[in-house]
Amino acid sequence: MFAFVIRRALQAIGVLLAVGIISFAMFRFAGDPVNQIVSLDTPAAEREQVRRSLGLDDPVPVQFARYLARAVQGEFGVSYQFRQPVSDLLAERMPATLELAFCATLFAIGFGVLMGVYSGLKRDSFLAKVFQTISLIGISLPTFLIGILLIYLFSVILGWLPSFGRGDTVRLGWWSTGLLTASGWKALIMPSITLGLFQMTLIMRIVRAEMLEVLRTDYIKFARARGLSTRAIHFGHALKNTLVPVITIVGLQFGSVIAFAIITETVFQWPGMGLLFVQAVQNVDIPIMAAYLMLVALIFVLINLAVDILYTIVDPRLRTSIRQPA
Amino acid sequence: MTQPVLSVRDLRVEFVTRRGILKAIDGISFDIAKGEVLGVVGESGAGKSVTGSAVIGLIDPPGRIAGGEVLLSGMRIDNLPPEEMRRVRGKRIGMIFQDPLTSLNPLYRVSEQLIETIRTHTNLSASGARKRAIDLLAEVGIPAPERRIDSYPHEFSGGMRQRVVIALALCAEPELIIADEPTTALDVSVQAQIISLLKRLGREHGTAIMLVTHDMGVIAETADRVAVMYAGRIAEIGPVRDVVQNPLHPYAKGLMGAIPSLESDTDRLVQIPGSMPRLSAIPPGCPFNPRCPYVFDRCRVERPEPIQHSEHRVACHLYDQSSAPSEAVA
Repeated sequence: MFAFVIRRALQAIGVLLAVGIISFAMFRFAGDPVNQIVSLDTPAAEREQVRRSLGLDDPVPVQFARYLARAVQGEFGVSYQFRQPVSDLLAERMPATLELAFCATLFAIGFGVLMGVYSGLKRDSFLAKVFQTISLIGISLPTFLIGILLIYLFSVILGWLPSFGRGDTVRLGWWSTGLLTASGWKALIMPSITLGLFQMTLIMRIVRAEMLEVLRTDYIKFARARGLSTRAIHFGHALKNTLVPVITIVGLQFGSVIAFAIITETVFQWPGMGLLFVQAVQNVDIPIMAAYLMLVALIFVLINLAVDILYTIVDPRLRTSIRQPA
Repeated sequence: MTQPVLSVRDLRVEFVTRRGILKAIDGISFDIAKGEVLGVVGESGAGKSVTGSAVIGLIDPPGRIAGGEVLLSGMRIDNLPPEEMRRVRGKRIGMIFQDPLTSLNPLYRVSEQLIETIRTHTNLSASGARKRAIDLLAEVGIPAPERRIDSYPHEFSGGMRQRVVIALALCAEPELIIADEPTTALDVSVQAQIISLLKRLGREHGTAIMLVTHDMGVIAETADRVAVMYAGRIAEIGPVRDVVQNPLHPYAKGLMGAIPSLESDTDRLVQIPGSMPRLSAIPPGCPFNPRCPYVFDRCRVERPEPIQHSEHRVACHLYDQSSAPSEAVA
């Protein structure tokens, strides 16, 4: 198990190095960084001095090594537009995005699994067909459209929920949370649904398909022959066997939820990292874009690692194969 | 005579399909007494497994019991509400399936599966159920059960897994065990162990066993009586010695003739020409008539009813004294 984690960690470092090269390359190939810092009428000598002071005259590999060394310490330079360290900007925005992604994923898992189990068990019932239709809508409608429709219905027509922002937040140390105020919760509902709907339909469809598959297996028939209660069979024996693919999807999708919260955050003007990224793109704020790229890569890598470890918790057969690699 | 543990009366099972109703089981009757092993043999598709599933009430839709009665120690069970039938399953009827590799849930420890089953059917506490689970594993011949009980199914070999499956079927000391091809997926050497285990358990607990198999060798070793099934009907039923050595029904004759023997020096095994009809195309009269070497006119129009003939019961017009051509019975 330990060796397995080490092996995975080494792979993760490889991935992060590759992403590091790409984000470093953005500085080099999206124009001369010195031009971004100095004004148009700065004399050439002064430009050279800036260049030297920033270490931009060193060989490229040296610069890359320095960039990585700083990145490891969480230093991503100073934002061109805000004149603040990028790491501070991201840290300030991160709680908003993480809370949104977390709630969206909870919503997706909760409803997705329930609806999937139900439509797997009673696939010919009316409600199951309704769920199938909803899932079709969830998969085919683009996120921004769902967000706008929700805003139109609940904010414009009914006036129940706020159409933008996070509501009131409470600071817990450096973390600002919207989960402790009523207005924070209200503000969270629509963005979470918008962001989680696609994941929910995906989870629902996978759970349904897996349930249908598992219910046909011999061990379910044997469990029925042993007279176990329907509840124990469906939710103990069957559901647990559907979990491995569900964990894969939820894990990978959680990364996407964070990375692609950009659209939802834009629609709802949610003050998270995604919104920051969109502003950075509009203003060619390369340090923010590069740092965001690294951060998303790091999140994906960590989630993948967590998913691999979760597999072995759910499925004992994988534990053996990891202990004795074939 | 004491009441039989299992009594099946004129059981009919149908499968409703788009192309009409298929009769998988067409009016079969048999009894199994306490401690008795009834072997059920026949070709694939003769209705052996469906009979087992019908008795335990686990026929998957679109199949359904269309008629007849199933009595367990005198109590009718084929028309019980689902929840009551669930309580009969596992508690009063145990079932063993063909493939031990797929019968156990791969994600749960053997102990969890045993304890769950025991606690479903008894009032034992968790620790009491665990103790009983260890005793059961010891009884089915798993070495060092107190250590092995917390293993996962994939950590056992095929034969050991079938022992675990048997232990699971025995959890609540059922009156009847339905063993559906319990040895087919196992190595020959392991088969013999499982068969002798089943025999011993049946003897010690007085459990009635319905042993479904297509392996005549297993039947000859294990069963007290044997029922030969053909196209959803029982062709012949009787004590295993008589049926094996002196079969009456032409189909049973063909089946026994296909068993290779070490004593006699046969060059070719006897084959029954043709194959069993599909359920959608069962001929009128006796279903065996197109393949039967002794066929006569009545076989093509009238369905033979089981006739008592010494200790056998045989469904064949040849043994109906009133009609059979006298020279036919060899």
